[in-house]
Amino acid sequence: MIAIAGGAVLALEDAGFILGSYAVTFAVIAGFTWRVLRSGRRLADRIDDQDKYWT
Amino acid sequence: MTAPSTSTSAPPAGRARRVRSTGTAATRALGIATIVTIGWLVAFGLGFSPADRDQEDAVRILYVHVPTVWLAYLAFVVTAVTSAMYLFGKRHSLGFDRFAGASAEIGVVFMALTLVTGMLWGRLTWGVYWQWDARLTTTALLFVSYIGYLAVRGLGGSHEQRAKRSAVIGLLAVIEIPLVHFSVRMWRSLHQEASVLDTDGDIDMDGLMLFSLFVGVVAFTLLYVWLLLHRTRVMAMEDLLDDQGLDRALDARRAEAQP
Repeated sequence: MIAIAGGAVLALEDAGFILGSYAVTFAVIAGFTWRVLRSGRRLADRIDDQDKYWT
Repeated sequence: MTAPSTSTSAPPAGRARRVRSTGTAATRALGIATIVTIGWLVAFGLGFSPADRDQEDAVRILYVHVPTVWLAYLAFVVTAVTSAMYLFGKRHSLGFDRFAGASAEIGVVFMALTLVTGMLWGRLTWGVYWQWDARLTTTALLFVSYIGYLAVRGLGGSHEQRAKRSAVIGLLAVIEIPLVHFSVRMWRSLHQEASVLDTDGDIDMDGLMLFSLFVGVVAFTLLYVWLLLHRTRVMAMEDLLDDQGLDRALDARRAEAQP
């Protein structure tokens, strides 16, 4: 058994799948977000501010 | 993408490059709100919400699985709407095309997560990761269709050519969404019917479970808007650098041609 926030307890055989689904979801989102932000920083250095419509 | 050869040189006098990201005060505020709601999602999804009578704790996967598919649907509908605005608008603005492309890219990421979390949930409730069931098969088909959409965007040609051909595909692919959504009613399916509303259209969920799902949908919707703004800005810069690289190449060819 694994105890988690709020006092809920997950059965051990289910915990891997449940926690795994959250871990995969947030890991993929974090990876995609990091890729987008890194591209933004890299390209913003090569573009004049007047061409950045969000400034 | 053609990278300009003078990319690391200092900007000419009078041109500033002080803004070194795609962020603004608004996107930063949106990002903070997203992180906070994702924290709530984890707390409610894994902690505060009760276990289900039938599925027990496996139901907790619902709070990430359903929001990911909702986001994928939303992203693909936005792709279709902005594709139509590009194709049928008077100005044929490439801004609409970039919104369509960015939204499809985010939608594909969320659709992949839908498939993965669904497989993990399926393993717990059905005992298998995958079945060639109507809902699962049509979802996989939708995913592959938008992979194709992104592949078509990556083909060569001008920005206008890219915009036109991908807009047509964006408008055709979105037709699959009703097929995916209603597949559980049209065919006998292993997959459960709608999670929130029962067949009479009434809400059929415990209050805290419904709230946890609502938090998930809000968190992922905020995340989608935040990602869409950043990715569209990145695409605008990629297109601009592409154009600048082409201009430089043309200038170089003209200079070579002069005696």
